[in-house]
Amino acid sequence: MAAAATVYNPVGFDFSNQIRNNFLADRGIPLPKATSTGTTIVGCLFKDGIVLGADTRATEGEIVADKNCEKIHYITESIRCCGAGTAADTEFTTAMISSNMELHALSTGRKPRVVTAMTMLKQYLFRYQGHVGAALVLGGVDATGPHLFTIHPHGSTDKLPYVTMGSGSLAAMAVFEAQWKPSMTREEALDLVNAAISAGIFNDLGSGSNVDACVITATKTDMLRNFVKPNERVTKERTYGFRRGTTAFTKEEIRNLVVHEEIIGVRDDAMDVDGS
Amino acid sequence: MPQTRSFDPYTENGGTILAIAGQDFSVIAGDTRQSEGYSIQTRYAPKVFRLTDRAVLAVNGFAADGNMFVKKVKQRLEWYRHAHAKDMPLRAIARLIQTMLYAKRFFPYYVYNILGGIEEDGTGAVYSFDPVGSYEREACRAAGAAQSLVQPFLDNQIYFKNQVPAPGTTHPAYLSLPDVLSIVIDSFTSATERHIEVGDGLEIYIVFAKTRDLQDFETIRAKNVHLIQELTVAEDGERIFVLRRDLKKD
Repeated sequence: MAAAATVYNPVGFDFSNQIRNNFLADRGIPLPKATSTGTTIVGCLFKDGIVLGADTRATEGEIVADKNCEKIHYITESIRCCGAGTAADTEFTTAMISSNMELHALSTGRKPRVVTAMTMLKQYLFRYQGHVGAALVLGGVDATGPHLFTIHPHGSTDKLPYVTMGSGSLAAMAVFEAQWKPSMTREEALDLVNAAISAGIFNDLGSGSNVDACVITATKTDMLRNFVKPNERVTKERTYGFRRGTTAFTKEEIRNLVVHEEIIGVRDDAMDVDGS
Repeated sequence: MPQTRSFDPYTENGGTILAIAGQDFSVIAGDTRQSEGYSIQTRYAPKVFRLTDRAVLAVNGFAADGNMFVKKVKQRLEWYRHAHAKDMPLRAIARLIQTMLYAKRFFPYYVYNILGGIEEDGTGAVYSFDPVGSYEREACRAAGAAQSLVQPFLDNQIYFKNQVPAPGTTHPAYLSLPDVLSIVIDSFTSATERHIEVGDGLEIYIVFAKTRDLQDFETIRAKNVHLIQELTVAEDGERIFVLRRDLKKD
């Protein structure tokens, strides 16, 4: 019975194609390239809470796949998570943890803590030994105050007052190391996060387009989508409309999709309700 | 135990070049970003070079090889000038580049070359090369990181591929200078949008045949005085201008 097929799907990932895919890779047919958020993401502690930041470029190798993607994911109302690495992994991992945090909040009747999300994320990532390629910056404010973490794909975590991740992490960290100071105001922190993300956008080829930011305080969370747009598309020199009939074709077939039906009414004088 | 040592003398420095030949002019362009991996080495490294008053060479691939190759081509052209008291004709430069590339068949210059300029008969010409010297005269060619993005666009807009002409008309054999310049600029702004290694700056070299009336160009020049620079001195020979523009820097 153990080997018999079952109609029930087991929980977790399906590895049934792994042997075949490894065989194909050995034969020179590599796996398709996953969309990677070759990214700049940052987080920064300030006087009243946390500011998170991210660029908006998604890449497939050297090609830009999405010029304005969202990398700051919702965990709870006062906890958000920036994702770098394999786009699908960051999206599914944060969505799953977000669901579990909501269930956790319902079951405990309390606002959930940032450490809870952090622990759930690191235990999940550790279980998959780095094969779930999510590099995260987790930030939020809870009953114990503001917290900021980085979570690496293998499951290790750091708790620091200012953090960066992704391919633009060095460019962004250079800005933090030069300018971060304790107890900044909201405006100072936002400016610093903007400068750090901009450093990634302009100096790291894996990052680009716009700056997204998210300010989390004890009372309110502000998601500042496209906070700064320093890379607007320039207008083209020409218009590229094509004359009707430009595309050649080998055959033409026009089918009439309207159904014609002739209805012959049966004349019945008894039904004449006209009084005249 | 046998030991092996690795030696990797080549790298890829990104960027894209392209050239389009007109009836009596030639346009050769390249972006100015030089990168390695995810890092920008410089935002201004020219990839397009004036060789003579009627020849311009664009090089793309491994920047160190490209610079060295241009240096050696220029040296050979100077020797030619000293021996023959005139500039080498374009088709002769093309053949020279072929022999110079093939001379290093088993330790190649890791470079794609595009040569543009004016032939002795006054026609605009573009020659494109592979790294070991195979070459061909064409009407247009793109090379480098965004070749796969730009060349299909050029095939459609310059060669009118996959475009049926309107009844009773034919496609033009040559495009006008303003049309060519617009297509070059749009090629690079589009490649900048979708390719991470293309951007920062754009240099467009324009080579005019001796006989050409520059009226259409003067109109463009008047509108872009601060962007256009002349590289030739004599007004009675072939003339070369360079148009510099900014590209996005992300």
